[in-house]
Amino acid sequence: MSILIDKNTQVLCQGLTGSQGTLHTRQAIEYGTQMVAGVTPNKGGSEHLGLPVFDTVQEAVAVTGATTSVIYVPAPFCKDSILEAVDAGITLVVCISEGIPTLDMLLIKAKLDTTSARLVGPNCPGVITPGECKIGIMPGEIHLPGKVGIVSRSGTLTYEAVKQTTDRGFGQSTCVGIGGDPIPGSHFIDILGLFEADSSTEAIVMVGEIGGTAEEEAAEFIQSNVSKPVVAYIAGVTAPAGKRMGHAGAIIAGGKGTAADKFAALEAAGVRTVKSLAQIGDVLAEVTGWS
Amino acid sequence: MNLHEYQAKELFADYGLPVSVGHAVDTADEAVAAAEEIGGERWVVKVQVHAGGRGKAGGVKLVNSLDEVRAFADNWIGKNLVTVQTDEHGQPVSKIYVEACADIDRELYLGAVIDRSARRVVFMASTEGGVEIEKVAEETPEKILRVTIDPFVGALPYQGRELAFRLGLEGTQVSQFTNLFMGLAKLFEELDCSLLEINPLIVTGEGNIHCLDAKVSIDGNALYRQKRISEMHDPSQEDQREVEAAAHDLNYVALDGNIGCMVNGAGLAMGTMDLVKIHGGNPANFLDVGGGANKEAVAEAFKIILSDSNVKAVLINIFGGIVSCATIAEGIIGAVEEVGVRVPVIVRFEGNNAKLGRETLAASGLNIIAAKSLNDAAISAVAAVGEQT
Repeated sequence: MSILIDKNTQVLCQGLTGSQGTLHTRQAIEYGTQMVAGVTPNKGGSEHLGLPVFDTVQEAVAVTGATTSVIYVPAPFCKDSILEAVDAGITLVVCISEGIPTLDMLLIKAKLDTTSARLVGPNCPGVITPGECKIGIMPGEIHLPGKVGIVSRSGTLTYEAVKQTTDRGFGQSTCVGIGGDPIPGSHFIDILGLFEADSSTEAIVMVGEIGGTAEEEAAEFIQSNVSKPVVAYIAGVTAPAGKRMGHAGAIIAGGKGTAADKFAALEAAGVRTVKSLAQIGDVLAEVTGWS
Repeated sequence: MNLHEYQAKELFADYGLPVSVGHAVDTADEAVAAAEEIGGERWVVKVQVHAGGRGKAGGVKLVNSLDEVRAFADNWIGKNLVTVQTDEHGQPVSKIYVEACADIDRELYLGAVIDRSARRVVFMASTEGGVEIEKVAEETPEKILRVTIDPFVGALPYQGRELAFRLGLEGTQVSQFTNLFMGLAKLFEELDCSLLEINPLIVTGEGNIHCLDAKVSIDGNALYRQKRISEMHDPSQEDQREVEAAAHDLNYVALDGNIGCMVNGAGLAMGTMDLVKIHGGNPANFLDVGGGANKEAVAEAFKIILSDSNVKAVLINIFGGIVSCATIAEGIIGAVEEVGVRVPVIVRFEGNNAKLGRETLAASGLNIIAAKSLNDAAISAVAAVGEQT
C-alpha cells in the first residue's frame, strides 16, 4: 500500500510537449510510471514520447481512462488547466508549475472544495511512491521503497529527508511535496490523515518552514488524529523577519508563523522535532527504535 | 510588490474612493509649487518610503506655511527614514507627497489581506485606528471586526453595512463606507492585491469618510497581468544586491553574518543557514540559486555573495534534483577563476551527478573543500571562518 498513487495509477500530462513536460515525463516513464497520455491544445492526434496527445483532458480521459494528471503548463494558464482536469473527472491533480497568482489559487481551491478531486501543489516537486510511480520532478534514484511517509512544503528539503531515510534503509511509503505557496491544494493535515490510514506507512516525517500557520494546524490535527510517530523539521529559525509593510499581515497571523512558534506547537502535540537538518534520520531511528 | 502611498492613492482615486488632493514631488521647489497649487494654508507633507511607522519617525508633518513645506522637503529628500518597520539603515526618501489637510473627527482602521488558513480575502476594521493597531489586535482582538469575502460571489454591500454599523457610523457615513468597502474589494481583486490598508480611515470634521493613508501590496506572481502596476515598481526601496540578484533570477537576502551561503531551493537554503547557526557560525546571506541553475547563475551568485566584505567563507549546498551537480561544479570553477575568490569555499553535493561534480572539483586543482556530508559542510565552513579570526 501507499497513498495517492501506486503502480496501477494511470497518469496523463498537461503540457506534455513543452520542455518541462517532455523532460520529466521521459524520466517518469523510465521510472516505471504508467504515463498514458498527453494533453496539448491543437496537437491532438499526434504522438510524443510514444504517448498519444489529445486536445482536451476530457478526450484523454475518455480514451485512456486516466485518473491522475500532472501539470507543467506555465503559471498564467494553470487555473484553466487545473479546473479543466477536475471538470473532466480527474481525481488527483499534481501541479508542478510555480508562480500562480494567489487569487487564482483562491478560486481554484474554493472550486476544488466543492468536488471530490484532490490537488497537490502548485509549486511543488510532486508525489512519488518509490518503485511504483513517480509524478513530478524529484530525482527517482534517491528513493527506496519502505515505511516512512514524507510530507513537505519544500522541494530540496524533501530530498534531504528522503536521502536520510534511504541511507538508513527505512525507505519511503510515499513522499508528497505539498508546495510552498500561500494557498496550496493540499495541506499537511490532508496528507497526514492519509498516512495515518495507510498500512505501509509506519512513521511520518513532516518538513515545514516559516510563514503561515499550516504547521500549527498540523500540530493540532496530529494531537487528536495521528497515532503513528511523527518527526518534524522546520526551516527558517535564522531567517530575518524581513521588512514589513503595514499591519494587516501581522494581525491576521496573530503572532504565529515563526519557526519557534511552530516547534512549540508541534512539541506540545507530542511530535518529536528536529532542530538540525542533518539529523532527521537519526531522530527518526531514535523515535521508532529502528536500527 | 509594495507601492508608495502616492501610487496607492492614485489607484484609489481611479476607483472613486475618497482621498485628498495631493502631488508627489522630487524637489523642494516642486513641493512648494504643489502646495500653492493645492491652495489653502495647511498641508500634510509625507515622505514616500515602503514602510509603515512613518509618522512616529518624523516622516509625516502637518505644516502651516510654504516655508515649512520647503524645510521639510529639504530635510528629507536624499536622506533615509528609519522606522520600526525598517532595518537600522532605513529606507531612502526620493519623493515627498504634499497633500491637502483634512480635519479629523474620528480615526478608524480598515484593511484587507488574503487569510492563508481561511483561504479567503478577509477585511478587517476597527474603531481603534491610528498607529497602535497591532497592539489593539493583540490585546483586545474583539475590537478587530472581520468579514470574509466569498470567492465566487465577491463582496456584498450588506457586509460593508455590517462593518459600518459596528464601527458606529451613521447617516450618509454608512453608504459612504459601504461604497468604499465595495470599491476596495473590487480594487483588491482586479489589481491582484495581497494587502490593502487604510490606517487611519477618518471621519472628517464635516462627517465624511476619508482615506488618510493608503498601503497597497501586489502579488508578485500576478505582475504579468498587471502591466500598469509593474511600472510603479521602485527598486530604490529594495536592497540593491537583492535587486541585482533578482535580475539574474536569484533569490538573495543580505544578513549580518560572515558565512556566505549558496543553496538550491528556498527551504534547503533556510535549513542550511539554520545548520550553520547550530554549529556556532553566522550566515551572511540567504541565496537560492533556483532549480534550473546554470554556470552563469553560479558566477553571478558568487559575485553577489562576495560583494559583502564580511564574507569569510562560502558554503555551497546543492541537492541536485533537476540541476546536475556537475554543471554547478563547472560553474563554481569558472566563477572562482573569473571572480578571483580568495576565501575558503566549502562544497556539499548530493543527488543528480553528485559524484561527477565532486570529481570535477577535485580535478580542478583549486582550493575547494569537498564536504563529506551536510553536517560536515556546515562544520567545515564554521571552522574555516574560525581559523581566520
